Amino acid sequence: MSESAARPEWPLFEVFVRGRRGLNHVHVGSLHAADPAMALHNARNLYTRRNEGVSIWVVRSDDITASSPDEKDPFFAPSGDKVYRHPTFYPIPDDVPHM
Amino acid sequence: MTTRTADGGTAAEPDLQRHFDGRVAADQRIEPRDWMPDGYRATLVRQIAQHAHSEIIGMQPEGDWLTRAPSLRRKAILLAKVQDEAGHGLYLYAAAETLGVDRADLTERLISGRQKYSSIFNYPTLTFADVGVIGWLVDGAAICNQVPLCRSSYGPYARAMVRICKEESFHQRQGYELLLRMMAGTPEQRAMVQDATDRWWWPSLMMFGPPDAESPNTQRSMAWRIKRDTNDTLRQRFVDMTVPQAEKLGVTLPDEQLRWNPERGHHDFGEPDWEEFRRVVSGHGPCNAERLRRRRAAHEKGAWVREAAAAYAARGARRPGEVPA
Ligand SMILES: [Fe+2]
Ligand SMILES: [Fe+2]
Repeated sequence: MSESAARPEWPLFEVFVRGRRGLNHVHVGSLHAADPAMALHNARNLYTRRNEGVSIWVVRSDDITASSPDEKDPFFAPSGDKVYRHPTFYPIPDDVPHM
Repeated sequence: MTTRTADGGTAAEPDLQRHFDGRVAADQRIEPRDWMPDGYRATLVRQIAQHAHSEIIGMQPEGDWLTRAPSLRRKAILLAKVQDEAGHGLYLYAAAETLGVDRADLTERLISGRQKYSSIFNYPTLTFADVGVIGWLVDGAAICNQVPLCRSSYGPYARAMVRICKEESFHQRQGYELLLRMMAGTPEQRAMVQDATDRWWWPSLMMFGPPDAESPNTQRSMAWRIKRDTNDTLRQRFVDMTVPQAEKLGVTLPDEQLRWNPERGHHDFGEPDWEEFRRVVSGHGPCNAERLRRRRAAHEKGAWVREAAAAYAARGARRPGEVPA
């Protein structure tokens, strides 16, 4: 199909916005752009029309390496049986102050 | 279909299906890389794409008044609203893409008429009062439809809907405020508001889709939690919400059967003209051809820009912060 053949590929970018100072950048969505500068510009227009952000990151979706989402995936298993990493694992008498 | 599991083996589809069903039943979200039934994926793609197309085509009826808005204030408001609708379309296209479809393909399916958009946008905007009534009734109906979808089982769709719903509130309020102003104006202005209400009321009720009895896929979509209420439930909710707003505004909703039913605790109301609905959906509404022609023209006229930007990017030209000369 000629339309597809002539179609220039604009890659997909993921957009991360820092809502205000003191917060992490959070993923808000994605968009297509020809290059990172355009992605940044369009991300501002698309995701921060109402002061939703003070800083934006854009990153090519292709450049993201992700873990598998499956719950049974062993990837997160190592943290499952290490209850001693949590403060509640350690019983301390109620009358010990400041702990 | 099989997929890799924890021990590097493969899980058969029944296991994956059970896993998926359990997640949905527990009101958890399905995320893009999770296994999902083919029907779920296909239905979502169709639903989200149609929704995205509606937002994009929805810019046109109101966009017609951008150059003719009666004041700079109204022009700025309308411009912001129409720009929001473009944004809604883009959030939704992005959500659809997480299901493995290509954005450019969706655009082609829209402009070739293979995918539909909401029938409401095939009606013309005859006076500036239409801008107010669209904000009040059309965005009002959209809010009714969309608020429950913020809890859709598909994560990216639900998140897009949360963002959209926040913005829709401005859309409805600016419309209602516009109408309040006109109702405080001359008899001619009040007549314009009533006339626009008469024309948009029934098409707004049709926005919720055909009656439940004629909506065969509703049960499946509700089980998948990509639809949270039936068409008739949402329509009733919209009528109940809108009647007191119409009273406050001082307009009459054009339905002789409309009255409060104390036994049901809801308003009774008449039946929309479903024949008209089918006609408009199948491409024979007053503005169908015009809407598609314009969308296609915009796409074709933009082709050189997309090509030029891609060529420029291919040369590795620009860094963030650098602006073109
Ligand atoms: Fe919208
Ligand atoms: Fe809207």
